[in-house]
Amino acid sequence: MIRVQREDFDPGAEIARLTAGRRDIGALVAFTGLVRDMSEGAGVRAMTLEHYPGMTEAALRGIREEAIARFALSEAVIVHRVGRLVAGERIVFAAAAAPHRADAFAACAFLVDYLKTRAPFWKKEETGAGARWVAARAADEAATARWEDK
Amino acid sequence: MKILYFASVREAIGLEGETVEPPEGVDTPRKLAEWLRSRSEAHGRAFEDLSAVRAAVDMKVRFLDEPLGEAESVAFFPPMTGGAR
Repeated sequence: MIRVQREDFDPGAEIARLTAGRRDIGALVAFTGLVRDMSEGAGVRAMTLEHYPGMTEAALRGIREEAIARFALSEAVIVHRVGRLVAGERIVFAAAAAPHRADAFAACAFLVDYLKTRAPFWKKEETGAGARWVAARAADEAATARWEDK
Repeated sequence: MKILYFASVREAIGLEGETVEPPEGVDTPRKLAEWLRSRSEAHGRAFEDLSAVRAAVDMKVRFLDEPLGEAESVAFFPPMTGGAR
């Protein structure tokens, strides 16, 4: 399941929904990303997430399906928020469930790495010095690239 | 052809999108961006440095030099920055 939404989500409820009625899941790894109050040396009050409706959902479905195929997952979930979020708010949730823990850990990292560089989201931060678009970082591209030759 | 702009490219141009009819020979996202430069000073600035511009053709990410084919929509935007830190 994938969702793009303005509203907050409940990680516990997402996990409960993902595992409801299942007997084949031995491991579930869940990740929650939050809006941090500090970025590149400046305080961040809030950020606005812009996206490309339609393409975003297609990209997230593709990332989820690739993770399921690659790591033999029982299930995977991605929830990503858009709109204005203040520091401390939840921004993204990714969870991977598999028969064994190694696949669940790896798949969750894969989901989060791919989200950053393969889904059409853009962040604009509000700092004391004004608003600024977040620049993509080479480290993020490298984190995605490490999966590509495996 | 429908053109869409997102994030800093949208702000630089001052439009969310526009419908254009590029001439024959404009057959890649790079050539399309270069052709769009002449529409206004803002377009020129937004597409001055194409190394910072990414494109999607019919909602799929494409390199700037890949063929447009029979594209119905082309989006231009900066590198994506979703997810978590």
